[in-house]
Amino acid sequence: MTELYRRAAVFQFEYRRSPDQDAETPVRHPVVVVGAGPIGLATAIDLAQRGNRVVLLDDADRIGEGSRGLCYSKRALEILDHLGAGARVVAKGVSWKLGKVFFRDDKVYEFDLLPEAGHKMPAFVNLQQFFLEEYLVERIAELDGIDLRWSNRVTALDNRPDGVGLTIETPDGPYTIETDWLIAADGARSTLRDMVGAQFVGRTFEDQFLIADIRMKADFPPERWFWFEPPFHGGQSTLLHRQPDDTWRIDFQIGADADAQKEQEPDRVRARLDRMLAGRDYSLEWVSVYRFQCRRMADFRHGRVFFAGDAAHQVSPFGARGANSGLEDAENIAWKLDLVIRGAAPESLLATYNLERSAAADMNIGHSTRSTDFISPKGPGAVTLRNAVLDLSRRFDFARRMVNSGRLSTPATYETPLSTPDRDSFAGPARLGAPLPDAPLTDGEGNDVWLLDALGPGFTLIAFSDGTPIAPLEGVTVLAIGAGWSDPQGLLARRLDATPGAAYLVRPDQHLCARFRAFDPDLVRAAIDRARGMTT
Amino acid sequence: MTELLTNSRFANPDEAFVAIVDAHRGLDADASATLNARLVLLLANHIGDLDVLKAALAAARDGLSPAEGA
Repeated sequence: MTELYRRAAVFQFEYRRSPDQDAETPVRHPVVVVGAGPIGLATAIDLAQRGNRVVLLDDADRIGEGSRGLCYSKRALEILDHLGAGARVVAKGVSWKLGKVFFRDDKVYEFDLLPEAGHKMPAFVNLQQFFLEEYLVERIAELDGIDLRWSNRVTALDNRPDGVGLTIETPDGPYTIETDWLIAADGARSTLRDMVGAQFVGRTFEDQFLIADIRMKADFPPERWFWFEPPFHGGQSTLLHRQPDDTWRIDFQIGADADAQKEQEPDRVRARLDRMLAGRDYSLEWVSVYRFQCRRMADFRHGRVFFAGDAAHQVSPFGARGANSGLEDAENIAWKLDLVIRGAAPESLLATYNLERSAAADMNIGHSTRSTDFISPKGPGAVTLRNAVLDLSRRFDFARRMVNSGRLSTPATYETPLSTPDRDSFAGPARLGAPLPDAPLTDGEGNDVWLLDALGPGFTLIAFSDGTPIAPLEGVTVLAIGAGWSDPQGLLARRLDATPGAAYLVRPDQHLCARFRAFDPDLVRAAIDRARGMTT
Repeated sequence: MTELLTNSRFANPDEAFVAIVDAHRGLDADASATLNARLVLLLANHIGDLDVLKAALAAARDGLSPAEGA
């Protein structure tokens, strides 16, 4: 989403002069990431954890206020956990699973995200974006290999077949560097996108929303509450989320014609909040007005430049698909680029970044657009039908299923040439091309270990023992279930529909890319080659 | 794909039509529009076939043109 006004700082960082600025000739780096928001930070950390040296540039010197990206999905939490920030995010964040939908004065519908037991991460966590950014910045300080440069603004980009030249403006004046690869995670108003001359196509929604973060002592449960036409807000939609530290986030639909500047005046905001909160004490922390777009770049890759997060695609906030899908971008590009840099995969592997993530963006944009059309229907017929669905939802299940206050983020299942098509049939919730479902395991010493924590940094083979020992495979982490590892509750076997002898190959980004009823080292090697883009 | 059935399906088509018209009796234009919307949703769900629904929508929309400026 695009904010109209600049944010004040929550955390301030110092510009430091880099030796690159004093170099005679431009210094060449293997990877540069532009943008130290959640997506750029995550990409840099993932690459560094894989042993790469990364320069991370950000034009600001601060982490800005305001909740902004707010709801983190289970998959995003798993990615953050892999990056070393999951425990802090979950500990600080508010876990929730229940959503309630109100129409005028009545509750018409509620949904339970029904988190399954036996996963390390909860269904959803609410956390102000600045906390996530702080944790990721602190994680960077623990790692070798990331050179984070604040107040470094890219002003020119030379995207050549053999590398990328960057001109960077700093408080000490400009300098230039070179890089083999560039990841642009510079947000919705990406200047790098303009610099490569990329098309950015899709729909702009005229409706404006006013966001307020307020501090309030209230005993409301940690639930997502959405109102259609509530009496306290003159017939427009309102969304309430709980955040840590007695902070609440409220999004008011204020229409296409509202004066954004005027609506942010504290007295006007308070008047709206007073009508909603009916006498409760609260303090106003942060206010912003946004409009949003549902659109994406035609191609997330331009030569040696890869676009990720809001720079590549934008959605409406209803459904929590912005930051969550951006984190999925980060995990997708990081392992592929790492293999290519190390010479362990051909450059053609990188083409699958756009293939996999643009399909995911289309899915997210589709959900997001349909939610928005339901939340702010256009034209008298659409309003009548929307309200008819809400009316009928009081009585009929089919109508409740049509109520769309935002379909919450689910991870993408990749239809990809990197997956080996199933030769055997499998049931169960695991899907080829989707992230592997987590499960509680016990290791050889009897310790409880989550499956996702047990996966190796590269490819992992999960082999259900039929008594035959599995010979080691070079560069592959093998989890032999029933021979060293055990699946005490049988949850993993159920989730993977495993039978003795079955084997599952997992990509470095934890997506399932091949599975066999019977382990055969040649088939597994062929599947790894395929997943590295060696064969097509 | 299931086809949209457009042959006559009611044993007594007159009664079916009158039943729909009767449901609108005494309603103003807004309430009538609401009734139609609810009816469409109920029947669409009863049919439960997106291809049939789309064929019916296309047939219903035929000959209607968007208003100026819409």
